[in-house]
Amino acid sequence: MTTHSTGLTTHSTGLTPVSPGRKVKDRLVQALVYLAFALAVIPLVSVLWTVVVNGAKRLDLTFFQFSMNGIGGRDSGGGAYHAIIGTLEQVLITSVIAVPLAVLTAIYLVEYAGNGRLGKAISFTVDVMTGIPSIVAGLFVLALWLLTVGFGFSGFAGALSLTILMIPTVVRATEEMLKLVPNDLREASYALGVPRWRTVCFVVLPTAMTGIVTGVMLAVARVMGETAPLLLTIFFTKAINNNPFEGPQASLPTFIWDQASDPNQNSIDRAWTGALVLIGIIMLLNLIARFVARRSAPTGR
Amino acid sequence: MAKRIEVSGLHAYYGGVHAIEDISMTVEPRSVTAFIGPSGCGKSTFLRTLNRMHEVIPGARVEGKVMLDDEDLYDSAVDPVAVRRVVGMVFQRPNPFPTMSIYDNVAAGLKLNGVRRKGRLDEIVEESLRGANLWNEVRDRLSKPGAGLSGGQQQRLCIARAIAVQPQVLLMDEPCSALDPISTLAIEDLIEKLKTQYTIVIVTHNMQQAARVSDRTAFFNIAGTGKPGRLIEIDDTSKIFTNPEQKATEDYITGRFG
Repeated sequence: MTTHSTGLTTHSTGLTPVSPGRKVKDRLVQALVYLAFALAVIPLVSVLWTVVVNGAKRLDLTFFQFSMNGIGGRDSGGGAYHAIIGTLEQVLITSVIAVPLAVLTAIYLVEYAGNGRLGKAISFTVDVMTGIPSIVAGLFVLALWLLTVGFGFSGFAGALSLTILMIPTVVRATEEMLKLVPNDLREASYALGVPRWRTVCFVVLPTAMTGIVTGVMLAVARVMGETAPLLLTIFFTKAINNNPFEGPQASLPTFIWDQASDPNQNSIDRAWTGALVLIGIIMLLNLIARFVARRSAPTGR
Repeated sequence: MAKRIEVSGLHAYYGGVHAIEDISMTVEPRSVTAFIGPSGCGKSTFLRTLNRMHEVIPGARVEGKVMLDDEDLYDSAVDPVAVRRVVGMVFQRPNPFPTMSIYDNVAAGLKLNGVRRKGRLDEIVEESLRGANLWNEVRDRLSKPGAGLSGGQQQRLCIARAIAVQPQVLLMDEPCSALDPISTLAIEDLIEKLKTQYTIVIVTHNMQQAARVSDRTAFFNIAGTGKPGRLIEIDDTSKIFTNPEQKATEDYITGRFG
């Protein structure tokens, strides 16, 4: 155990080799960490693999060109054109409403609120909103927008319920990113005689942009997969409806739900492909966002 | 250019904490005034009251008068943002804007204040970089990120950024404490050059530096932990370092402190 051969005597210097006990513990913990990682990845890979294998069967041009109008569960063919259009429109409207509101809220909380009572109240409200189950957001819009105000089912109503789900996640993500911007930069800007709002717009926001975009994309991905609130606010349809402001619209999650609840194999295949397309759209949006964010990212280290 | 600063009866607070007490002094134009003293004695706080940066910190406030020639910086009619355009500041750690190129860093103060004409901007950027002794090192890579420069170059970039808005006074808060001796020398040479045009105030922990660059030196001290910082004395640098009036000053500069 001693290292006399190298001339390093253990008793004279007090430098002892690593004890066997510590080596064993090190290996053990390492093994546990790898195991935990593998356990976390297995379901992920399994889901992806199953979706790709089952979804590939109907991943053809027809799927992107046709709706389900007039197609029964037993029929082959048909597609998700109506659902893809619906999902894209609904999520676009959601983002247009939610992202500015959420980013402005986060800016207020980090840059202006300080320790004030209003800031604390907003922060608390955002925390509560984070915990709202999606079906409750759907019920809220159903009760307020459809039943009380009296509008009918529409993609816009669905977008409203998704907005409620999206705002808190984007606020939290943006807040964290703004807090990461070093105070030095704000002070440097103030010291040049730049007013605070310009400092926020031209120094703080650009510095935090990459993180904010990532946060927004995570929120978009979460919202895109929501089904329950859409059933209550948009309902669903097998036909194409390009107008998100009037009448029931399809969406990918409700399309999957509808097709998967039909016992016929052709329907089930369409449900799988719908799931695959949904995952694909989210991944594509993520890649685009990353590319855009990288171009505006802080450069040089 | 270059204005005289006259401070009288100045107190600064952080919330309930009395940070500096009853400071009065005159800072001469076209000269370098150094602030020395132990850590926590309020040098930086006092410096930050001279361009109203102190009040950026939540809960911080100031009492007393700071006259810039014949204008009171703390008059209720004065816009703090306007004060900071006249009294520029360089910080301890170089802090170029990470999203901006070298050019944009220097132009930042002007652009963010609405100067848009490209030709005029080009002119001022070159002038400021030359003023900060940095032009020859970066002239070929103005569009490269400012964060890619070395520490010393970044600090000179920050000085160029500060002088680009053409202030009357330049405040420097330990501008060399994060730099190696060679970069420090470059900054000191620069200070020597800048003092022909600006009123310069520099906080430093390095007494040799104070002796090298400054014309006048102010010594700050605190009576004990939790007590406010006070100005002990201010005089010509040569006098402070050879024959100070106060015993405390002598103890500090000869290292017999505490």
